[in-house]
Amino acid sequence: MRLVRRPSFPWAAPTWPDGVELAPLERSVGVDYDTAWSRRYGVRVARAALLDWVARPVVRALASPRVDGLDRIEHLDGPAIFAANHASHVDLPLVLSILPPRFRHRTLVGAGADYFFDTRWKGALWSFAIAAIPIERQRVNRRSAEEAGHLLSQGWSMVIFPEGGRTPDGWARPFHPGSAAYLATRSGLPVVPIYLGGTRRILARGSRTLRPGSTRVCVGRPLWPHEHENARRLSTSLEAAVAALADETATDWWSARRRSAAGRTPGLGGPPVGAWRRSWALGDDRPERHRRGSNGKGSRDRWPLAHRGR
Amino acid sequence: MSPRPGFVLEVDRSTPATLIWHGEGFRLERLPVGSRVVYPPEALSPLEDPDAAIRHALLHPLGDSEPLPALLRPGMRLTIAFDDISLPLPPMRSPDVRQRVIEAVLDMAATAGVDDVVLVAALALHRRMTEDELRHIVGDRVYDAFAPHGLLTQHDAEDPDGMLHLGLTDAGEDVEINRRAATSDLVVYVNIDLVPMDGGHKSVATGLASYRSLRHHHNVRTMQHSRSFMDQHRSELHSSNWRMGRHIAASGVKVFQIETTLNNDTFPDQFRFLQRREWEWSVRDRAGFLAVSKSLERTPERLARSIFQSIRAPHAVTSVQAGEVEAVHTRAAEHLHTQQSVEVAGQTDVLTMGLPYLCPYNVNSVMNPVLVMCLGLGYLFNMYRGKPLVRPGGALIMSHPTPWAFDPVHHPSYIDFFEQVLPETTDPLEIEAKYEEAFATDPWYVHLYRTGHAYHGVHPFYMWYWGAHALQHLGAVIVVGGDRRAVRRLGFKPASGLGDALEMAEDVVGADPSITHLHAPPLLMANVS
Repeated sequence: MRLVRRPSFPWAAPTWPDGVELAPLERSVGVDYDTAWSRRYGVRVARAALLDWVARPVVRALASPRVDGLDRIEHLDGPAIFAANHASHVDLPLVLSILPPRFRHRTLVGAGADYFFDTRWKGALWSFAIAAIPIERQRVNRRSAEEAGHLLSQGWSMVIFPEGGRTPDGWARPFHPGSAAYLATRSGLPVVPIYLGGTRRILARGSRTLRPGSTRVCVGRPLWPHEHENARRLSTSLEAAVAALADETATDWWSARRRSAAGRTPGLGGPPVGAWRRSWALGDDRPERHRRGSNGKGSRDRWPLAHRGR
Repeated sequence: MSPRPGFVLEVDRSTPATLIWHGEGFRLERLPVGSRVVYPPEALSPLEDPDAAIRHALLHPLGDSEPLPALLRPGMRLTIAFDDISLPLPPMRSPDVRQRVIEAVLDMAATAGVDDVVLVAALALHRRMTEDELRHIVGDRVYDAFAPHGLLTQHDAEDPDGMLHLGLTDAGEDVEINRRAATSDLVVYVNIDLVPMDGGHKSVATGLASYRSLRHHHNVRTMQHSRSFMDQHRSELHSSNWRMGRHIAASGVKVFQIETTLNNDTFPDQFRFLQRREWEWSVRDRAGFLAVSKSLERTPERLARSIFQSIRAPHAVTSVQAGEVEAVHTRAAEHLHTQQSVEVAGQTDVLTMGLPYLCPYNVNSVMNPVLVMCLGLGYLFNMYRGKPLVRPGGALIMSHPTPWAFDPVHHPSYIDFFEQVLPETTDPLEIEAKYEEAFATDPWYVHLYRTGHAYHGVHPFYMWYWGAHALQHLGAVIVVGGDRRAVRRLGFKPASGLGDALEMAEDVVGADPSITHLHAPPLLMANVS
């Protein structure tokens, strides 16, 4: 199915550079969009209905997720910050659909203010559909961080993609310490690492065609920030945890644990080689159009497996 | 709300495409993430009552000058000189500020009973203006009162009877200026300062001078020692003009200087997107951009040129100062810097700029390749104080169609310069030594300058010298979207797109260079630390 191409500037409104302070005007889009209405009881009920009766069946049909590790958050009662790698627009509905109901119906989504809230109608749409709140992607914005911290303290959980956007080439980008890790250190709440695999095959960045396929979701153990925890250090731990989950998904839990203990877990960022070799090393994670001839049944190898013998 | 100062944007993933001028057109281009874009300050608030401000300036002069009415008396010879059509850019909406000032001066002269008044357009070696152009500058009232009697004149630097040699400066420079001005009891010079280079002693010492005098500062050595010629205190061009100006004063020529400054309001309302920051474009701005750019794609070149040349800037007056030359210029320069200065941290490996359709020397005509060089390497490159925006050995990328086209009426000597001189060499020093004299004294060019609307024979040389500092400083000059033959003739490298140009620049400055884009016009002055 073809999705509608988003018009770009100047046909569409311009986005606001991250490096420019918003004019103290009456801006009501971007990070200044007020989402309070989307957390009222009636709206939450409508959203829960949308999520349970529409989104979850669609995600199951489209992404056939195989979910591992939910037992690792069974003991978690209070709110948490769910942090996952990000390769596709499918990631968010996938995460929301697999979360236990106690989280699913009370989870906010940190969404890029420049992309999801650049117009009022988009802000309204995403606030309602996924309980999105606007956050700055590239830096810590005091206002959005305070707003998020306030909502976490009120019992809301949050989904954040710490890369700040979808991967351009299939390999993850470094996690921003200013997102999930920063919020965790400020709020004292745990961060739950989640690895998502296979979503890029369904809808890669820049693609306009949905291709149903199977996906893997692996939920890790919550990471609790220590007292006086440094956001940068926590972010590094979080990235390593997601990398270990990726390894676990590609191999098995024990192999992944051993490599993790030895400090040999392959990074999420992929091998430091030339562009085509990085693309090649994605294996099945390459989008369908790049895998003609393999009939979609080629080797499942991706870079982590190439190092398995070490 | 007070106007916002200029600033430097660091391009990130959220930054919308940047508007880049390209001659009689423009386009939106995505700059690489991490690039810097230098935006000019917003237009300063105009004077509420410019006529009152002019009158106040004339009555309360700066420096050791007396008020203008005290300098006027019956029986005196009064000469009013004024800047030509090269200022401001684009030409401003009527009434031009020179008209306002000249009328105010004439009011006082009439009150004082001064009969012998002559107006002189201070052309230096620029082309003579047409009646329409003169009317636009001085207004119909003044034109109709003076022109029919031959009292509204245009400076003729080649008139042997119209020039007067005032001797040599301490540095041995000839000082030869307009005879009428030199023999007047008072010269009132009416300036528009568009950039800090304008005004000061340069007004009389250049605007009313001859080739014999101009060659002492309009030469390669002076330009290479002016870092930049927009910064008076580091400019050999200014030093020479100041020596000449002081010599003129010492020779008994009394000059009452009037300098006006304008704000950055450069384009009329229908083109307002050209001076707004892209991420602040409203629906109207975007619609305006799309309508104009899509129309231009289907518009014949000549028609597009005439449309752009018909633009009249809504420039508004921000200050008027009058009195003693140096005191006046110091104050005017402060106003200019308030309007145009932008603080920029550090130099860049690659400087990019989009060149518009207009420079001081192609008002109502085509911007030929030599003027493209002059606008990019002469004017915009030199819009700095401290250090150039681009590092030594860096690359300059200019976007302009650079057509192999010349206006035979305005620029006859440019054609021969382009066809005869540049194929031999592009080295300013060699050009100066081998060819300048012949062009400067060619009788045909002199004839066209004196009787037609042609720039002087030596003018294309000066344009080339204007870029001499940049040529010496830069490692490469790349022109995007230009006529390949014309660009190569200039000694530059042609590129089909900005991406290609940046790749080519990397061959010179190394991989992963820092990139800075100059978002002008409106004009800005980079204070590079």
